[in-house]
Formats: sequence, C-alpha cells, structure tokens
Amino acid sequence: MATVSNFKRLPANAAAEVCIWVEGQPVTAREGESVAAAVLAAGLGPTRTTPVSDSARSPYCMMGVCFECLMEIDGQANSQGCMTAVEEGMQVRFQRGIRAVPADTDTEKSTEKEAGENR
Amino acid sequence: MNHYDLAIIGAGPAGMAAAVTAAESGLQVALIDEQARPGGQIYRNVGSPALRQREILGPDYYAGERLVEALDHPQITDFSGAMVWEVRTDTLCLTVDGQSRQIGFQRLLIATGAQERPVPFPGWTTPGVMTCGAAQIMLKTSGLAPNGPLIIAGSGPLLLLIACQLSRAGVEIEALLETTPRRRYLESLSAWPGALRGWRYLLKGASMLAELRRRGVKHLTGVSQLRAEADAEGQLCGLSYHRGGHQQRLDCATLLVHQGVVPNVQLSRSIGAAHDWDEVQQCWRPRLDPYGETTQAGVFIAGDGGGIGGALVAELQGRRAANRIANQLSRLGATEFEHRANSLQRQIDFQLAIRPFLDRLYRPADEFLRPSDETLVCRCEEVRAGEIRQLARGGCAGPNQAKAFSRAGMGPCQGRLCGLTVSQLMAEASDRPVAEVGYYNIRSPIKPVTLGEVAGLAADQDQQPQAPQIAEPSAVSNYQRSVSR
Repeated sequence: MATVSNFKRLPANAAAEVCIWVEGQPVTAREGESVAAAVLAAGLGPTRTTPVSDSARSPYCMMGVCFECLMEIDGQANSQGCMTAVEEGMQVRFQRGIRAVPADTDTEKSTEKEAGENR
Repeated sequence: MNHYDLAIIGAGPAGMAAAVTAAESGLQVALIDEQARPGGQIYRNVGSPALRQREILGPDYYAGERLVEALDHPQITDFSGAMVWEVRTDTLCLTVDGQSRQIGFQRLLIATGAQERPVPFPGWTTPGVMTCGAAQIMLKTSGLAPNGPLIIAGSGPLLLLIACQLSRAGVEIEALLETTPRRRYLESLSAWPGALRGWRYLLKGASMLAELRRRGVKHLTGVSQLRAEADAEGQLCGLSYHRGGHQQRLDCATLLVHQGVVPNVQLSRSIGAAHDWDEVQQCWRPRLDPYGETTQAGVFIAGDGGGIGGALVAELQGRRAANRIANQLSRLGATEFEHRANSLQRQIDFQLAIRPFLDRLYRPADEFLRPSDETLVCRCEEVRAGEIRQLARGGCAGPNQAKAFSRAGMGPCQGRLCGLTVSQLMAEASDRPVAEVGYYNIRSPIKPVTLGEVAGLAADQDQQPQAPQIAEPSAVSNYQRSVSR
C-alpha cells in the first residue's frame, strides 16, 4: 500500500477524534466524517483494484454516485466508504479484485480471492 | 409499517423547504436522507460545519442554516442515515443501520437533486483524479483540502467557486484550466436578455473571476484534450492537455474535474416516470406538470432532480410541490393554493432567467459528451467508447442491448457514471436523436442491498412493533440530536 497524495486538515471546529483501523494500521479521524475522507486524509490508497483488469482506483465523487470507494468495512464487503461514517475501532480493508460469495460463514477468507476468479 | 401523508426523499434545499411547508399545512411528513445531517450536497453539514473560517465557503453556503433550523417541527419525522432502495405505488423500502423497513405514503416527493456530469477523458479513473464536488464535500464535512500540486480543470460555475474556496483556504492551485470552447461565448449571446434579468448571478461570476485574478491563480482558457498520466504505481503524476495549438503538460498530484451537474434520475426512472432529453442541458429530465408531478400520479419531483436550476429554485419548487400536495389532500383551499402558486412561480421564473445563458455558455465540449474511442466510458466494467460505437454501428438497438453485449452499465454504479455517455455515443454512431436511442432501464434495488435486508422486510411486516434498533423516531423532531449513530 503506497502513501499517496494526502489531503490536508484545515483549521476546523472542535470535533471528537475517532480511531479506525485501515489495513491494520491506526488512522485518526474526525467524528462525523466518512471512511473515504479519513482514508484520503491519511494518504492511503489505492483503495481498491478493479475486478476486470486489477487497475487501481480511489474515491472519486464522495457523494455515493460512482461506487469507486467500495471497501470492506467491519467485514461487510462492497461498502460505500464515502457513505459510511467512521466509528471507533472500525476495521477497514481495501478490496483487491472481485469479491466472492462466502462459501461459509467465515467471510474473512472468502474476501481475499484474487481478481478474475469466479468470473 | 408506518404511514405518512407525504414521504420526501432527499433533505437538500427542495426537500427541507417542502417538509416545512407541508408540515405547516398539517401534513405528517417523513423526511428521508442518506446523510446523518440535513442539507443535501449544497448545504452539506451546514448544521455543524467543519471549517472554522466561515469566509472559505462563503455566505451562499451558510444560507442553508435557516432551512435546517426550520426543520425542528413536530409534524416532521426525521429518517437520517436512511438509504432508499425501492419505491412502490404507496410504500418505499429503506435501510437504516443495516435494518430494512417500509414506509407507507399518500404522496411522494423525490428531491434527490443532481449529480456531477460524468467527465470521461483518457485517464479519468486514475487515483488522484476527483470531481470538484468531491473536493467541496471534503471541505464541508471534514475541513480537508487536496494536496498539491493541484490542477482544477473543466467548465461551469462550480469550477470557479471551488477554485475561490480552496484559494481562500490557502491552498495553492497550480493552474485552473478552462475547457469551455471559445464558440460557446458566441452561442450564449442569444440568451443575454435573460442573463441581464439574472444580473445578480452574472455579478457573482464576475466577482469570482476577479477574486481568482487578485489571488494570482493561473487561469488558462481554451484548453482541450485532457489526459491524466499515472506513475509506475498507478497514481496520478501529471496532466497533458492541448492549448494554443500545442500539447502541454503539468505535474500534479491531484486533479479536480467538473463539467456541470445533471439531474439524478435513478429513482424517477426506477418507478417508470417518463423522461425527456433536454438538448440545451444535454441531459435527461423527468416530465413534470407545472407543480412538479411526474407522469406517475402522486409522485412529485422538486429541485435539480427535475432539471438544473440551483439551490434557490430548488427551495421554491419544494414549496410549490408541497402546496400542491396539501391542496390535493384537502389541507389547503383552492384560493390560497392559487395565490401561493402564482407568487412562487413568479419567483421561480425570475431565478431561472439566467439559466438559458449558463446552459449555453457551459455546455460541455463535445470531447466530454462523446469521448475518443480509447476512453473508458463505464468505469465499473471498464468498457471503452470505441466498443459502444462499434456496437451501435453493428445495429445494436440501444443502451439496454449494449449493456447485455458489453456489460456497460452493469456494475455497482448502475449506469450513473456511464449512462449519459452511452446514450450519446450510440446516437452519434447510429445517426439517431438521443431521445430515440433512450436510456438504461433502471430497476430497483437502486442501491446495493444484502439478502438479509430484503428478507428483513418480511420481519418488518410481521412484527409490530419493530426491533429496538429501528424503533420509530419520536414524534418530536430530532434533528438537534448528536450525529454519532
């Protein structure tokens, strides 16, 4: 995971700090902001690679339209990062390639499938 | 299942104004929005803005505060953080915190506003390329500004506004590249009479241009042929473009693009309402009666979702639709209704006077409406413009058949980012009007839902009262509550 162009925090009104975990590393976010915003502020990404060609993508529209910010949030794959507010202790994982239908209740394993599989 | 006289989807200016007007007429209103706070995109988070300095976003943003404050009305029930995924004749299905439920209504107002027009050009999927609207949302909700080197490229009033806002925040802008074709200035001349009536908007435009000059932002016009370049890791590293007969290039880490906004028609199409092609605004718009009622009786649309007019028009249209609904439900007498309708119509006409000028001046360059063959059109399924053209030339009937052949429009965004382009490419390649080519059939669910959410509806119908997590919000409006959910 490369560190990419991170967004800068401007002088802001007071808000509680929320700690989330992105790909296993702690990220401090602002209460009320979206997972996608927190990830961009931390300079993390690309946030997914595509099912078709494995090309890199990151959040694009930030308003729930483009679905580029799909991430695995607290075990739920294909969650819209820009439409999900950060919560303390939230576990965020980036998606590589296509998702797979869980064969059993252990969704952890089944979301690690490589691109192209199941297509 | 709970029933309301009026369900409103979208708590932007149109939805908020309609909710208050309807509530004041005695209607029980459900106000539904995906966000935790009301405001829509234009007034996003205005109830608790992130930025400390109010000058950055300016007074037009904070004008939304009075709309949010007025929502504290006992007849309005707040469904915030609620995602609507299906609308039926008299019920809708939504999910809050992973729990699905249904809401019954007598009348429905769709106030889902606009989305930014898709801006396809080579490299627009590169991480680091975002929309101007996205940058504004980050400012409003998180006080976040993009890192440099930063380039802003495109066309339209929002392009100038975001440049001013970021500049006020102390963000360095490498260049503001204007793609408005020079001939648009001539084409917009015919609309000058209306533009003069809307002189306040002209003044705003002029003052933004003056501010950018004063702040020393490099503002280049007549730019075309954008191409985003990626480094070895796939991250944006530069933008090449054409200007003054030469190919030029600038380094950048962030590129913000914009080509105006278009109605978000996902919901109105999913209920089978008729839509018409708007040649001037180059987009689809739902067919509405003078009060905003769609061809599906009882379903209304107000705001940018019915055609782009801006925040003030949206607010007036919201009130107009709410009055009509109150009148239909016998809560507002004919005389008072007509009096209000006439007054609102005059104000709407006045506010819309500038539109023909803006629509002509900022009609996107053809290269963004019908991009080159190599350009990805469908970002989700990675289908290029050339493939769509080839299908159309081969006799493909329309976007729905092209979807089956190419998968364009079949990904998670459900055609939101490729639908307009695919219709226009097929019209061009088969030499037919866009209206004849048509659009994707949009079906519910219009947002991704889990099987559990669909199954959860049965539980919602069987069990009364509902599970604690989805307990009915109290009759007292709870907009003032804390945002954390």
